[in-house]
Amino acid sequence: MTKKTISTDQSRRDFLKTSAATSLVAGAPMLFMKNAHAYVNEPKGGTVTLGFNVPQTGAYADEGADELRAYKLAVKHLNGEGDGGMMNTMKPMSLKGNGILGKKVQYVTGDTQTKSDAARASAKRMIEKDGAIMITGGSSSGVAIAVQSLCQEAGVIFMAGLTHSNDTTGKDRRKHGFRHFFNTEMSGAALAPILEKEFGKDRTAYHLTADYTWGWSQEGSIKKYTENLGWNTKAAVRTPLGAGDFSQYITPVLNSGADVLVLNHYGKDMVNSLTQAVQFGLRDKNVNGKDFQIVVPLFSRLMAQGAGKNIKGIYGSTNWNWSLQDAGSQAFVKSFGAEYGFPPSQAAHTCYVQTLLYANACEMAGTFNPCGVAGALEGFKFDGMGNGPTEYRAEDHQCFKDVLVVKGNENSSSQFDLLKIVEVTPRSKVEYAHDMEGYAGNLGSCNA
Amino acid sequence: MSVKESSRARDTMILAIFSVVVLTAPLWAKLIGAGYPDLLQKFAIFGLFAIGYNILFGLTGYLSFGHAAFLGIGSYTTVWSFKLLSMNVLPAVFFAILLSGLFAAAIGFISLRRTGIYFSILTLAFAQMSYNLAYSVLTPITNGETGLRVLSDDPMVLDKALGVEVEGSPLGTLFGLTMTGWSAFYFCAVVLILGFWVSLKIFRSPFGMKLLAIKSNQTRMEYTGFNTRPYLLSAFVISGMYAGLAGSLMAVTDPLAGAERMQWTASGEVVLMTILGGVGTLFGPILGAATIKYFEQIFSAINDQVLSSTFDFLPELLNQFMVTITSPFVGEGWHLTLGVLFMVIIIFMPGGLMEGIGRLIRLLPGRRGMAAQQTQYDADVTIEANADNQTTTPEKVEKGDAS
Repeated sequence: MTKKTISTDQSRRDFLKTSAATSLVAGAPMLFMKNAHAYVNEPKGGTVTLGFNVPQTGAYADEGADELRAYKLAVKHLNGEGDGGMMNTMKPMSLKGNGILGKKVQYVTGDTQTKSDAARASAKRMIEKDGAIMITGGSSSGVAIAVQSLCQEAGVIFMAGLTHSNDTTGKDRRKHGFRHFFNTEMSGAALAPILEKEFGKDRTAYHLTADYTWGWSQEGSIKKYTENLGWNTKAAVRTPLGAGDFSQYITPVLNSGADVLVLNHYGKDMVNSLTQAVQFGLRDKNVNGKDFQIVVPLFSRLMAQGAGKNIKGIYGSTNWNWSLQDAGSQAFVKSFGAEYGFPPSQAAHTCYVQTLLYANACEMAGTFNPCGVAGALEGFKFDGMGNGPTEYRAEDHQCFKDVLVVKGNENSSSQFDLLKIVEVTPRSKVEYAHDMEGYAGNLGSCNA
Repeated sequence: MSVKESSRARDTMILAIFSVVVLTAPLWAKLIGAGYPDLLQKFAIFGLFAIGYNILFGLTGYLSFGHAAFLGIGSYTTVWSFKLLSMNVLPAVFFAILLSGLFAAAIGFISLRRTGIYFSILTLAFAQMSYNLAYSVLTPITNGETGLRVLSDDPMVLDKALGVEVEGSPLGTLFGLTMTGWSAFYFCAVVLILGFWVSLKIFRSPFGMKLLAIKSNQTRMEYTGFNTRPYLLSAFVISGMYAGLAGSLMAVTDPLAGAERMQWTASGEVVLMTILGGVGTLFGPILGAATIKYFEQIFSAINDQVLSSTFDFLPELLNQFMVTITSPFVGEGWHLTLGVLFMVIIIFMPGGLMEGIGRLIRLLPGRRGMAAQQTQYDADVTIEANADNQTTTPEKVEKGDAS
């Protein structure tokens, strides 16, 4: 029925097609023409724009809010306002407290919604519209990996926020992406000796795992290290991210014969699953003649706050804790506390440090050009940022530093004093080869 | 015949104006702060999604709550075509339309046995099933929460056979033209224009008239001897293919597919877009899609820093006051603003933004040009269909007044 219409309409349609094509061709060169910039979003004028892309909604919203606080504080300090925080303790340091390379630091924000799609759209907006020269943030490895590869394609630097999956600097490492946070491999290596000491060599573990790259990575690392100790793994059950109710996953644990539950969950998920596991009486159980134990390999104070008394005596690892006594941590806690009235989380710490490290690298390189900045960061050794001597390994852009093994505090002195540091595992114990099996990746080349 | 001729000339004119507006978007969108490729791509992609949805919802009145499933299928098919065959977008888009069409035929075949709310619930159920399959059960195919990405060591047999080298991160190409930034926008824009043209043809065809007749009174249609189901199924499949095409373009502009594209919120979003713009109108759905995407991207990016610089001209105390009262409506609160806008539009202009534009044009005497007539025509069609719906017989209440 439409056939006739088409045939009589042919010439007009041809005309339209031609005119559409003509306008396309005529308009294209103007828009395709590369700007007269040496690299993407080269800052012109007196300011430079950074993009803070954090989850403001979803399972990791608490972490995102704290990250944003840290970013705002870092911008203040970079611009020479406030007490300077870690800029008083960082060494070596090229920052002058007058912005970056003399340009005042501005920022734009976006909501990742803990979804790869939304995070990439938001990062693209920052790059294409707001002219951000660097993107940072994220509280989920899935998002971090997605945004990191976007930044590689777009030609800007990505300073990862809280991302713990091995893949971020492993299989999916990128020339433009840098991670200060530790990863599941390090968590496994640091936790294993403590678990052996506390729970012995003869244990049966049951994993509940957030079903995405980070959960898989952590499950793999913990399995690898605990099985080396002689533990058995009864089952590893995948749960959807942001599930809310975990009772259907916890019930089977009760009669599985396992005596350790490993919760590979983070954020609100971990708060919910741990609370439910305790409510189901898992910790009061006695299996195979041993007390039932729960392990949360990646711990944070924000989660501890959410889980309340349920975290008492539970072991985990963390990148940083505000109770550390070194000068860098103290300076940061003081400055953050003065600004917001409570101590920062590990997410806030890593984001703050990443911003300073980026700014410092720009000063060292004397340019915002991502190739120069990446060159300055690769192999950069620094101290006074709360983790002791730290190095950005050039081969995979992963920071190597000491790892904290912590335990839920049994007699806390304040509402923030929730994690007790059991051991500071030295860097040498958690180091691994950059081309380790299942970890090796290809950085690719600089894109400017 | 002359009436037909003149209406055809008018349609050509509409298409020409539409093409010009779409292709010059990078120029005029700058004025509202939307002149960057990613957002314009989203305008085009979701515009296409809404156009297709409007063919089902606007013409037949069948309210589907599951079109995001086809969007997701389109995305996954595209990424798999990139992974297995070639980074060229043409086979990817082709397979995406084909597969989403097949799924639409299967889902439509079952869902269309019911009308009204029962149809909506059935489509919603299918979409949620697809979402859960993609999210956890079919993880080997969809890579679950992490999302499916193209990796440089994927087979890409056609590219390998033709000796096409992929450097760096794999991106979609159109015979060497990389699908990123403005080139990706122009690709989406051309597809949008084609999609709009097909939709225009359907609106004007006898097939479109039959779909409208189903909307006004399906029982009466059946009494006159028409078997309505094939028409409904074709409309459902066509709109499913549009959704698949939109999903495919999402993956073309950004080679990544995630399960969240299939979530019910995504299905609800296209319903909102269509209603916001104007159900059953030609341009309405595109306008609605652009409005929602604009809010999502621009309003959500406004933070306290931006607000206080906007109100900089005020004295400090007043400035702080303004920042405090406006901040819940921007940033994370962009949904709130959108909700208010949506309510205002539905209460005062049930015909959506198109009705508002139509009223504005009618206020200008002597300026009833081509656009005014078009709006008038579209509005009439909607009103007619709605009016007919209100006089439905009791048996037909089940189908309800979808718009």
